[in-house]
Amino acid sequence: MADAREDVIRCEGIWKIFGDRSRQAMEAVRSKGLSKKDIREEFDCVVGVQDASFSVGRGEIFCIMGLSGSGKSTLIRHINRLIEPTSGTVFIEGQNVNAMNAETLRKLRAEKIGMVFQAMALMPHRTVRDNVAFSLEVRGVSETERAKVAAKAIDMVDLTGWDRKYPDELSGGMQQRVGLARALAADPTILLMDEPFSALDPLIRRQLQGTFMELSAELHKTTIFITHDLDEAIRIGDRIAIMKDGVLVQIGTPEEIVTQPADDYVADFVAGISKLDLVTAARIMQPFAAYVQAQGPQETGGWPVGKPEMNLNELVDLAVGTDHPILIAAEGQPVGVVTKRALLRGIQGRDEERAA
Amino acid sequence: MADEGFNWLNPFASIDLGIASWADGIKQWAISNREMIQPIKRFFETVIVGIESALQATPPMAMLVVLVLIAWQAAGRRGAIVVGACLVILGLLAPEAWGLAMTTLAIVVASVILCVLIGLPLGVLAGKSDRFEGFIRPVLDTMQTIPAFVYLVPVVMMIGIGNVSGVIVTIIFALPPLVRLTSLGIRGVNPSVVEAARAFGASPGQILRKVELPLATPTILAGLNQTIMLSLSMVVIASMISVKGLGNEVLRAMGRLDAGKAIVGGLGIVMLAIVLDRITQGLGRSGRDRGHRHWWETGPVGLITAMFKKTT
Repeated sequence: MADAREDVIRCEGIWKIFGDRSRQAMEAVRSKGLSKKDIREEFDCVVGVQDASFSVGRGEIFCIMGLSGSGKSTLIRHINRLIEPTSGTVFIEGQNVNAMNAETLRKLRAEKIGMVFQAMALMPHRTVRDNVAFSLEVRGVSETERAKVAAKAIDMVDLTGWDRKYPDELSGGMQQRVGLARALAADPTILLMDEPFSALDPLIRRQLQGTFMELSAELHKTTIFITHDLDEAIRIGDRIAIMKDGVLVQIGTPEEIVTQPADDYVADFVAGISKLDLVTAARIMQPFAAYVQAQGPQETGGWPVGKPEMNLNELVDLAVGTDHPILIAAEGQPVGVVTKRALLRGIQGRDEERAA
Repeated sequence: MADEGFNWLNPFASIDLGIASWADGIKQWAISNREMIQPIKRFFETVIVGIESALQATPPMAMLVVLVLIAWQAAGRRGAIVVGACLVILGLLAPEAWGLAMTTLAIVVASVILCVLIGLPLGVLAGKSDRFEGFIRPVLDTMQTIPAFVYLVPVVMMIGIGNVSGVIVTIIFALPPLVRLTSLGIRGVNPSVVEAARAFGASPGQILRKVELPLATPTILAGLNQTIMLSLSMVVIASMISVKGLGNEVLRAMGRLDAGKAIVGGLGIVMLAIVLDRITQGLGRSGRDRGHRHWWETGPVGLITAMFKKTT
């Protein structure tokens, strides 16, 4: 997957330093490698984002997870250049966003990037339809075309019939659906989601996550999704970046983040996360040859058979019906064995060898 | 005093910087260069005369009906009733009261139109730029704190007495709230909404027209209301430089202790003020107060469009 990937968004060494003397502070960082504390004391500047580099492939959902104040909202605003980086470059489909003139940048924003905001940021003086069609109106698309596209986008988020209402006549969940429809209306390549569901109550949040995942499975938008909720990041993201104090601490798949946290900070975060859906048989199984060597030749006829990509949840389902270990087979060949002991340790989140 | 020599306890008496004669010199210059100001004066004159002759030419009953309909549209049925009653009282005050009121209205309308033309762009600029706000704020403060009589003299010196000076003096007095409240309205627009507009590719001009001005409209209309009220309160002072109308009645009544004239002039101004206030306050109501209906869906225009919809 990594080889065939086409990068839609690429960020290289993004720094954002806030303050009147951010330029000098940046120079000092380059030449002397000042720490964040030094910058604050010497230049009275605050570091928002520190040397962030990452890339997002086409159709990928990239979650940036961090607590409030970690700089994730600042980082996402660099992608469509709502914020100018102090240093570093953003490329979208190979084009340097930071080198664009105002006109090209506006065209990029209107045509290629849809954004959803935590605060919804709907325009209170416009109907749902006019809100949804805003990016088209800005580009000078005709009234009839706008109505058609808006109706389609409103239908996608199940708000048909509400298009003539005003935002303050809608509930919070419905307002954010409008926000989602507005972002999707122009059929952009990229979706930027800035904590879109954080302000909603848990039930509505789940509902909207569902809507979003259905839509993204259907539309395959390259998405950057910001959240402070690791559960949400794991449920939604193809890859997750953990951000702390402006630094991207670790980037990886949900499984990598949960099973191989890069440092104590990440480990603390993932400690409470259930491994049942994330850890696969391939991770906890003992290679078949090693098992045979240790236990002698086995009569595996009565054993339940699983696949390497099965998660713990599915393995538990197999294990409850029998006293035998689970045989893991790929393309008809046995490749490994998951014993009851390994399964239980896996659920605990510990490796069998280390625990034993 | 001069022969007593310099007195340290009262130094000011013996120092004469000659500011008064210097100002006199400016006056002389202004008088000898009147032609330079003439085009400006002529422009103002045509605007005022045009508005006044239109208002005077309209028969009072027709004018009354038009104003009541405007009030109904802007402020609803109750506003229309109040406006109608005030206009009837105004007309019944004295046989000449209606004509005087129209003269005053012409001055107010001309001043307010010019205030909007000057004040709205200044307000938008002040709302957008902290630097311009910092520059314009003390200017506005000065305009509001200087007593009107102080700038009456230089304006008359440059332009002479009459309606034009009256309008200019009124603009100086009535402009500040419009600029201030326009700036306030623009600054009060939710920044996240403006950010969203930027994120969807709107240009600064589009953001101003499609987002900021519509959202600032209630505040701007409150400023317009204040400007209208202030220009109305200026008509009595402006009548001192020979501006005709209701204010002039009050001024003449003061000179002769004529209670009758005073009541006609004073009550007339009050009635006019209520009429203008009702109408402009009605304009400022937000869409939500109107039950999210557009202005053309309510009031007399709403009735007409509804009729058309039924027939088609």
